This record gives sequence, C-alpha cells and structure tokens, in this order.
Amino acid sequence: MSAIRTVVRGAQRRRVSTIVIVAATAMAVTATVLAGLLLAASSAPFANAFAGQHGAHLTAFFDSAKTTKDQAAATASQAGQATGPFPVAATGIRPEGLQGMPFTALRVVGRADPGRDPIDKVSLLSGRWARTTGEIVMARGDLRIAPGTVVSLENGSTLTVVGEARSISQTAQAWVTPDQAAALGQTGWQMLYRYADAGTVAAMTAHQTALGPAAQTQSWLGVRDDAAHRTQLFVPLLTAFGLIGLALAALVIGNVAAGTVASATRRIGVMKALGLTPAQVVRACLVQALIPGMIGAVLGIIAGDLLAVPLTADVADLFGTVPMSVTPWVDALAVVAAVLVIAATAAPAAWRAARLRTVDALAVGRTPLSGRGRLAARLAARSRLPRPLSLGLAQPFTRPARLLAMLLTVAFGTAAATFAIGLASSLRLVQAADQKPATSADVVVYPSRDADGSVPNPGAVIAATPGTGSYYGRGPADITIDGLREAARGTVTTGDASAAGYEMLEGRWYTAPGEAVVTTGFLTATGKHIGDTVTGTGHGPLTLVGEVFDGSANNHLYTDVATLPGLRAPFEWYVKLTPGTDRAAYLQTLTSRNLMAEATRAEGADGTLIVLNSLTALLTALLVSVAALGVLNAVVLDSRDRVHDIGVQKSIGMTPKQTAFMVISSVGVAGLIGGVAGVPAGYLVHHWAVPAMARGAGIRLPDSTIDVFAPTLLLTLALAGLILAAAGALLPAGWAARTRTAVALRTE
Amino acid sequence: MIDVVDVSRRYEGDRAALDHLSLQVAEGECLALLGPSGSGKSTLLNLIAGLDRPTEGSVTVGGTRVDRLGEAAAARYRRATIGLVFQFFNLLDDLTVTDNVLLPAQIAGRPAAGSRRRAHELLETLGIDRHAGAYPGRLSGGERQRVAVARALMNRPPLLLADEPTGALDTASGAEVRKLLIDLHADGQTIVLVTHDEVLAEAVATRTVRLVDGQVAVG
Ligand SMILES: Nc1ncnc2c1ncn2[C@@H]1O[C@H](COP(=O)(O)OP(=O)(O)OP(=O)(O)O)[C@@H](O)[C@H]1O
Ligand SMILES: [Mg+2]
Repeated sequence: MSAIRTVVRGAQRRRVSTIVIVAATAMAVTATVLAGLLLAASSAPFANAFAGQHGAHLTAFFDSAKTTKDQAAATASQAGQATGPFPVAATGIRPEGLQGMPFTALRVVGRADPGRDPIDKVSLLSGRWARTTGEIVMARGDLRIAPGTVVSLENGSTLTVVGEARSISQTAQAWVTPDQAAALGQTGWQMLYRYADAGTVAAMTAHQTALGPAAQTQSWLGVRDDAAHRTQLFVPLLTAFGLIGLALAALVIGNVAAGTVASATRRIGVMKALGLTPAQVVRACLVQALIPGMIGAVLGIIAGDLLAVPLTADVADLFGTVPMSVTPWVDALAVVAAVLVIAATAAPAAWRAARLRTVDALAVGRTPLSGRGRLAARLAARSRLPRPLSLGLAQPFTRPARLLAMLLTVAFGTAAATFAIGLASSLRLVQAADQKPATSADVVVYPSRDADGSVPNPGAVIAATPGTGSYYGRGPADITIDGLREAARGTVTTGDASAAGYEMLEGRWYTAPGEAVVTTGFLTATGKHIGDTVTGTGHGPLTLVGEVFDGSANNHLYTDVATLPGLRAPFEWYVKLTPGTDRAAYLQTLTSRNLMAEATRAEGADGTLIVLNSLTALLTALLVSVAALGVLNAVVLDSRDRVHDIGVQKSIGMTPKQTAFMVISSVGVAGLIGGVAGVPAGYLVHHWAVPAMARGAGIRLPDSTIDVFAPTLLLTLALAGLILAAAGALLPAGWAARTRTAVALRTE
Repeated sequence: MIDVVDVSRRYEGDRAALDHLSLQVAEGECLALLGPSGSGKSTLLNLIAGLDRPTEGSVTVGGTRVDRLGEAAAARYRRATIGLVFQFFNLLDDLTVTDNVLLPAQIAGRPAAGSRRRAHELLETLGIDRHAGAYPGRLSGGERQRVAVARALMNRPPLLLADEPTGALDTASGAEVRKLLIDLHADGQTIVLVTHDEVLAEAVATRTVRLVDGQVAVG
C-alpha cells in the first residue's frame, strides 16, 4: 500500500488546506452533535424525562392528623409499585436579609437520597443533596435560590440551600432530610405510586378513588399537560434549528471530502501513469479524505460535548426537564454520520478520478476539466467590469458542482441567520404585548390607603391635576363564568382602557358595561366565540365583543368595572400626559396629594426569553461559522487548483490587491444567489415555526408579531450572504495574493 | 537598459543559484543566456522580471531598482516594462486566444477598444488570427507559443524576456518562433533569451553570455 501512502503524504504536505479541512469537518461535526442533541431533547421531552426519573403516576398526601404512617404505607399494596411514606412539612421561606419580602409558602418533603428510591429519582441540577438538618434543596422553578444562600423560616430559624433539583413528577417544592422535615413541624405523609395502566384519565381517577377520601392526590396527567403547554412552544423551533444544522453539516463535510479528492486528481494521474490500478486509486482517495475527516470529527465531538453542557442546560430549563448528559450514542452517531457522508461524497469523486484517462488527469491543475464554464468566461471577458472582477466571477462556472455546494452552504447560513433574527423579533414583540399598559402610558399611580384605612379616589385627583391627558384605571378580579371549573382571571377597568393599546385579534375593544374582551385561552377554555354571551354569578350576561392579544396563553377576561357592581378592586391608574408636561413635576404634584406614583417602565425580558435568545444566538453563530468555514475550504481548494494560473496572471502584471479581489469575487455569484435564496427559505421557516410554536402553547399571534421582516431588513440579509461568502474567501484571498509568483509558476 | 550588479540568490540552505553575478544589457540588444541545466538562467530571468528578489546585489531595469520593488509595484513594473514568454506557454486554458492576449491590457485597465485593435493586429502579424476565437488546448505548440508572444507584446513592453521559448517545440515550430524573434529584434525590441538551442542563439542574439554555477563563464 505504499502507493496509497504516497498519495496521502501528498495531502499532508498541503498543510493549510489540511488544517482547513480538519477545521471545517470539526465545526460541522460540532454542529451535528448539537443538532442531534437538540433533536433528541426536543422529541417527547416530558415522556423521556419522566421515564428517566421513573416518575410518579400518582403523588398522594395523607394528613397525619387522620392517617398514621403505617396506614399510609399500607396503601402501597394498591399500586403496581410504591415508595414512601416520606414526611411532609409546610413552611414559608425567604432569603435571609430581605425583611420586607413576604415569605414564600413551600411544600417540603423529607427524603434521604432520592436516587435510591425506586420512584421519582429526582435529578440534582447544581450543588448536592441535603445531608444533615439545617440544609435544604430547592426544586428548580419560578423561585430560584442559588446554592449557598441562607433562607429564613417563619419560625425564625434558618436553612442553607445546598442544591437545586428537579422532579419531573413535581412531587415537592423543596427537599430536606427526614429529620429536618419532622423538625419543621410535620403535617403529613407523602406516598408515590406507579401503575401498569396510567395512560387514561379514567384509570387514574379509579386509582385516586381507591386510595380513599383521606388522600390528597396529584395525577401525572395534569403535570404532563402543563409540561406539554410549555414544551410544545419550543419543539418546532429547536427541531427546525436541528435540521438546518444537520443539513448544513452534511453539505460542508461532503463538499470538503469531494474537494479533497478533486484536488488530488493530478497526483492520481501521476500515480496511474506509474501503474496504480483504479481500485487502488479509489482506496487511496477514500483514505486521503477520511484521515483529516476523522481527525476533524474527533475534535468536533470534543467541542460539541463541551458546548453541549450550556446548551442542554438551556434546553432543559425551557422544557422544564433535566439536562441530557453528554450522550455517547449521539457522539457515536455523529462520527458514523460524518464518516458515511465523507465516504459517500468522496467515493464518486474518487471513482471519477480513477476512471479519468491518465493523460487528462495529468493535465488537471493546468486545465479545468473539459470545456465547462467557457460561456461564462466569454461573457465575463466581454463585460466592461474590471478584469480581476470578471475573471473571478466567471471562475466558479468551471466547477458547477462546487459552485452549487457553495451556493447551498451560503443559502443555509443566510437562512439560519434570517430565521434567528425573525424569531428574536417575534419573541420580543410577544413579550412587548405583555407590557402594553406600561409602554402606552407615561405615569402609573398605585393603589394606596390613607392613614384611616379608607381608599382614596385617585381618579378624581388625577383628573384635577394639570397635565393629565387621558387616564384609566385597572385592577384584578376573579370572575366566575358558568361552565368554567375555576373563576377566570380578569381585569376590570374604568375609563377608556382601550388606551392600553392591546392588539385585537378579532372584534373590537368594549365600550359599555356588559361587554367583555377575552384572550384566546378564554375562548379555548369556554368553547365560545366572539359575539357569544357568557353568564356567571356576580355579574349579568357578558357579550364577548373582541379577542385580545396580551402576550400570554392565560384564560383572561377584560371588562368595565361597572359590569361587576359588587366589586371593589384596588386600581392602578395609567396616565398619558398632555404633550409638553414635565413628568417629574407632575409626579411630585401627585405625591404631594398622597398618591403613590411613578414613571412607567417596561420590565426586563423574562427568563425564558433570555434563555431562548442565548440559545438562538449560540446556534446561529455556530451555523454561520460552519457556513463561512465551508466557503473558506472551497476557496482554498480552488486557489490550490488555480495556483499556476494565478502565477501566470501575476507574471503579466496582476498586483496582489487585484489577485485578492479576483479570489474574493470568485465567491460573488455563490454569495449573491445563496443569500437571495437563503432569505426566503429562512423567512418561510420562520413563518411556519413561530405560529406553530404559538399554536402549541394555545396562543394565537397577531400578524404584527409574525410579519417582522421589513423590506430593508430582508435586503440586508440577502446581501449578508455575499458578506458571509466574502468573509470565508478573505483568508485564502490573502494567501493567494501573497503566493510567490516564481514558486507558483513552478508548481504543477 | 538592464544593469545587474553583483547579484547572488541563495535558496534556503542550498548553495547559491546565482553567485555574485554582474551583467549589463543595452537597449535594442538581444542577449542569449546559455548554460547547463541548473546553472541559474531561469533564476536570473525571474530577478529581472521582478518575480523574485536577489539575496544580495542590485537589479536595475530602465532606471528602476527592481530588487527594491514591493509586490504591487513589481506587478505594475511588469505590466509596463516586461513581456514574458515561457517554455510551456502558460496560457490560461479557459480563455480564448484573443482573451489571453487581451489579458495584460485588461489587468492594466487600458481602454477596451484600443486593446482589441492592438490584439487583432498582433494576432495578424503573428499569423494566428485564424485561431482568435479558439481555446489554447486546440492549438499546436508553435501556435501556442506565438499566442504567448502576442500576449507578452500586448502592452508594448520595452523588454521581452523569453525562457527557452523553443524548448517544448519541434524543429518546424521552433523555426517559426525563431523567425518571429528575429523580426521583433529587427524592429528594435530589446530581448533577453534563455536557451539551450545554440542555433537559436546564433541566429537571433547580438551577444551571448554563458552561465556556469551561477556565474558568468569566462571565455
Ligand atoms: N524555488 C527554488 N527553491 C530551491 N532551489 C531552487 C528553486 N528554484 C531554483 N532552485 C535551484 O537553483 C538552481 C538554479 O535553477 P534555475 O532554474 O535557475 O536553473 P536553470 O539554469 O534555469 O536550469 P534549466 O536549464 O534546467 O532550466 C538549481 O540548482 C535549482 O535547483
Ligand atoms: Mg530554467
């Protein structure tokens, strides 16, 4: 096999292109690993996490006043599998030192080591499990308290947070040792059950009933539906990213492999002239493509596993699941996929090289294969463009396959960027809808009490204050609606509350008592439509006159306070000032009249949005880099093939600048067409994925949150393809410009 | 016109390809460089063309210190001053004959109409206008070399450098090129010619210099 070694060694001598091949493969494999993890994490995240923790189908609480420990333990015989009883305590906590803050009520369960329990194997996300009294492990949720924090209890004692954990079955809000639970003032026992038949509501209801009236139970089906609400929002999004990543990685790896073989064609010709058989040629080519490919794949796996740590943590927070550990099978799959793609693309190239007549193979390097691209060359020569530009533009047409691959690479990169930018804008707009009352007013006046406890009427004060333009008041109310199990969360208003500026999905804002505006969630929950009337206690019939978008998936109803005569809601007042009014002075006037008022401000982005944005940024950066490296690799290979021509051009007076310009413009066609094709692709994916995300979460989005692409933005993105390609070509252009002419002319 | 003073060129580690060599060429002269393989003829030509730089010594062409030019300046110098002809033609195979000939003018940014006229004239003069639209791959060696000469002359360079222009040609084609060089020189073209071909040197050159081991051989 010494012949093969000769061919391979030839490749090793071309250090720069070998490094580029390794780097491009490595990045592509990194993208594959991460995309694979995304796809794995996004497929049935709840089911997988639940199975992984051996989750509890039923969580039961027995009041210790009515049920003894033995009685609770005896219920185990009713289930397929059971664990417990664990002592349960209820307590209120707050981080030490925050005296003003109210205590947060927690259901705390005493468990020694959840990993050993057969059901609900809680996963530690950070820190460690509680070992002694005085320690507490928080369940990761809305309330996040970092390990190391000391929390005060209502009874005056303190606990130290030592870890954060997640139970997919949501069996507790915090955990302590069993001794500590007893010390906190035990209120009852917790039992966890698993059943062979747990898939239907009927079956679960039967199991709940069998436990007797003393048990307070929580079914896994409810937990699952809550999770689905959360999860479905992001599944289409992450799936789209995963698929784009996989396609781009395959494209780049394939292109790298085919290019490696193509650039070895001339050496293959020499080897054939010396007696290498076609079979040997194919084998040599495969080995040559696979060696840097394998090195790159290994580096890519390492990088992918490192990046997977923050990525899977982000994804787990989005899904409310546990981060997937670095999974050997995703790694293995990525390597196998990379090798297969390399072999699949290198083999045809190798086969072509093997079948090429030796004389033709020998001529390669000086001559582009056959007469392809001549029309482009002729047209370019006729054009009035500067010659280095027209030479560069015509160049890729001699290798249509490589041109197509580069074009697709740029298109994928541009599509990913377009999608990511659109997604970020959509999410920002959805988030902004939530903040409409604040952003559409200048001043907010909070409810306050006079010393004698009576609620003053801020409305009258505001109306009498100079500078007030328009104002309205709003306050929370629970509104019972016939047909809904729980009261709908509502907002009652006084004055012209349409000034809040919520976007209407359908219908109009209410103008009279007895009319109401509701969210999509309300319509889904009640099965009503705009125009229908709903009834309930505490109010007369309510006509639904409009469907409003307030950025949430909640079941929510807005109506005039006069609709609910008995209600005394604490109002917040939103004031729009007349133009030219000094806000600070205005606030001072209100304060002097005993009102608590401040300038409106939008709250910062919420945690989910931050996680999602950082995730999107990470994936986009990766995909764009992979695309740029793909272009870089293609240009390096191309410049190698053309090094002799470049020498000739330099010998007749082409300056380094002109040479660099020529090489960069050789990616112009691919950059421009790739960008122009990638933008609509990214646009379509965005227009599919974002509404799908919202539908999954039970939200209907107004068109304004989906049509986020201004024409100038689209144009800029299309040109970004050109910039991406040019960025990829920059380094090789510099190398080509620096090539010593005398050396290039000697090169064969 | 050419003034090479005490020039050495060493490649890494190796012995000198050129070793303290000095040489003058006057305007209108046709100098033939002879010498065994590896004696440094191509190296010297590269130095004069500004394709390479000497390790020591100076190369002056038409008043320009070629050895001190940067890459970009050297490229502009070549455009204006040098026409190069190689043993293996070095035509660009994906361009037609005309486009190959036009290339130096286009790279230099000369007006298109004038360049086309000039290219057409050159092809006519050199007897290859029949092949103007053809690709180099289809031409015979002699024809290709005439295209290469046409390209070298495109920008009317004061100095024509030819490195074994007949080295890859059969006797008949070699004779065509020889005749061409004689005619050019008769029109006043300054030429430096590297060759193994004694007949060619005899027929064209006004002076012959023999290189041995990177030095001018005496006698
Ligand atoms: N780029 C290079 N790197 C190292 N050595 C070189 C390089 N170019 C030329 N040489 C060496 O310099 C010496 C002179 O080479 P040059 O090409 O000038 O010879 P030449 O007289 O043109 O020979 P020939 O008649 O065979 O073309 C040779 O020994 C050659 O090996
Ligand atoms: Mg030589």
